[in-house]
Amino acid sequence: MSATEQLLPVDVVAAPPGGFAKAVGNVRELGLGGMIGLGGLLLLVVTSAIGRFLTDTPPTDVEAILQSPSLHHPLGTDFTGRDNLLLVVRGGWDMLELAAVAGVLMSVIAVAIGMLGAFSGGLVDRVTVRMTDLWLTIPRLVLLLVIASLFPFDSTFALAVLIAVFGWPYLARQVHAQALSLRRREHVEAARLLQLRTSHILLRYLLPAMAPFVVISTITGMTAAIYQQVVLAFFGLVPLEDNWSVLFSVAYGQNAIYLPAAAWSLFTPVAAICFLQFCLVLTSRSLEGLFDPRLRSAR
Amino acid sequence: MERSRPTGDDPRSPSTDPEPRAAAPHRAARPKVARPLLKLTARSLVRVLVMLFLVATVTFVAIRAMPGNPVDVWVQDLQDSGLTAEQAQAQAHRVLKIDVDASLWSQYVDYMNNLAHGDLGDSIILSPGTPVTEMLSGRLAWTLFSVGIGLILAFVIGLYLGGVAAYRRGGWIDRIITNGSAVMDAIPPVLTGIALAFYVGVVWALVPIQSLRGAYSPDVQPGFNLDFMLSALAHVIAPATVYVLATVGSWALAMRSSALSVLNDDYVAQARARGLSERTIRVAFVQRNARLPLVTGFAITMGFVFSGSILVETIFVYPGVGQLLSDALARRDYTVMQGIVLATTVTVLIGTAIADTLNGWLDPRTRTEQDA
Repeated sequence: MSATEQLLPVDVVAAPPGGFAKAVGNVRELGLGGMIGLGGLLLLVVTSAIGRFLTDTPPTDVEAILQSPSLHHPLGTDFTGRDNLLLVVRGGWDMLELAAVAGVLMSVIAVAIGMLGAFSGGLVDRVTVRMTDLWLTIPRLVLLLVIASLFPFDSTFALAVLIAVFGWPYLARQVHAQALSLRRREHVEAARLLQLRTSHILLRYLLPAMAPFVVISTITGMTAAIYQQVVLAFFGLVPLEDNWSVLFSVAYGQNAIYLPAAAWSLFTPVAAICFLQFCLVLTSRSLEGLFDPRLRSAR
Repeated sequence: MERSRPTGDDPRSPSTDPEPRAAAPHRAARPKVARPLLKLTARSLVRVLVMLFLVATVTFVAIRAMPGNPVDVWVQDLQDSGLTAEQAQAQAHRVLKIDVDASLWSQYVDYMNNLAHGDLGDSIILSPGTPVTEMLSGRLAWTLFSVGIGLILAFVIGLYLGGVAAYRRGGWIDRIITNGSAVMDAIPPVLTGIALAFYVGVVWALVPIQSLRGAYSPDVQPGFNLDFMLSALAHVIAPATVYVLATVGSWALAMRSSALSVLNDDYVAQARARGLSERTIRVAFVQRNARLPLVTGFAITMGFVFSGSILVETIFVYPGVGQLLSDALARRDYTVMQGIVLATTVTVLIGTAIADTLNGWLDPRTRTEQDA
């Protein structure tokens, strides 16, 4: 707390309205979409945790290969006779873990680069914006696939880092735009006129105002990470255990697409991935509306 | 897309406008159009070259300079299979056109020199000895064809849907379009593709499964004849549909927010006050101006769709670049991989440059903005 700050009127020091505390306090404001999204996410996390820590790998069963749903196997079986439902319940944790780690990393890089550019201005801004734009236009997925195939990325964390390094630019652009508009708000201008230190302005004035946006961009990062993981798995480049994307690519590799009986082993993980993405999108959209109505539906 | 929102009239075709408009300040700038445009084109050319240089360097570092890089591994494999060190290096030299024994720096110079001459080396495993450029050229055409159709269709449909959602803001149509778009945006196109192939081709059997595989039927003769073209068009439907489904959502959302901001502009209110019909306002005032900021998004979407085509082409056995990449990935044929990375980058960059220049044409304000 510097001495100058004591001289400021209270409303200048306080973060802009619509902050985090208010959002957490008032679940009802989430709306139907947000409730479904958050509820769905909670459900997924709980079932995945149960699957990961409380169940064993389902046994293979040569007597029951590629079955359609029955009482014994509610979602059918895969090409080695394992129960699809059990596989899906077990495969969620890896998926969520990778998505969360990659999403957070992506968001950290994006916020650092976006805010750095927006608040330094001048040459630094031009360089970071150029860099972001360059990285954004390159067909990154192609490069990601090539690099993932050349070097072994055999842990969740390594894979998450790789995905984050390839996924940040779009978020960085959004953060940059947001930070630019924040910079011009009156309370920030006032702080600058008072010659408060840049680091002080960044931490006390801008970060609180950016927090909701950072949360949303983390969720967006998670959807992107899931997306890329599916692609990597499709080419056999995800060396993790039976998570949804691996289940899906293995089933596809077994030509499940041309055998309606085998389709259950293909579409169970696909449905799980789509449901996860759906919940994430719903949550981020309702949070957007909650934190800042002006943000709603902005790209 | 944080550019200031469109504020004025479009000076491209004043004569076709249904109403004479007050666009005098823009028109005054017209005679000086040629020079800034030239500058803009030069600028995008420089950018393309810089990007290419960067991507080429990254691929070089990944393939050649990192410890445990695939070239070293490959040379080692050759030696293990009975060749002497010299023979293995000579073979590597023949394929890569780089002396693998020389210093890294001189290898880098050789590599760049080869690239400048359009030489991407030869394939190692997929079809040994064939130049990569030769393998790429035919396939690039198919990918451009299918991706191009998908991109343009998605742009048109997405803009239409976004416009409708903006006019009916808050209504049920708006809700369906925006939420549907947001969800479509997040579902990987490979899943859409598989679902499409499964239901249309296998479960409902609406079309014979052969028409979902390949770029044309095996019984037509490739060339400039009607049968071939019809067959190619029929086969492009499936991949193009997937590209449309994968990108239409993001266009719709972008158009919606752009159109909403235009709808709030004073000149729209003024047009209403003048008693212009709602149709005229939508077509001539709102759509035209709301479209402009979206053109820049074209480049990003293109890179995205190009990346997505790897999977989609694999599913539909479409003989494009993506399918080649998936083969190269499976067999670790990294000269081919490297060639594909560079070729797709060039393609996307050229597309971006075109979109930039086009944007300068369509929206004179971006031109002055950049030249200032």
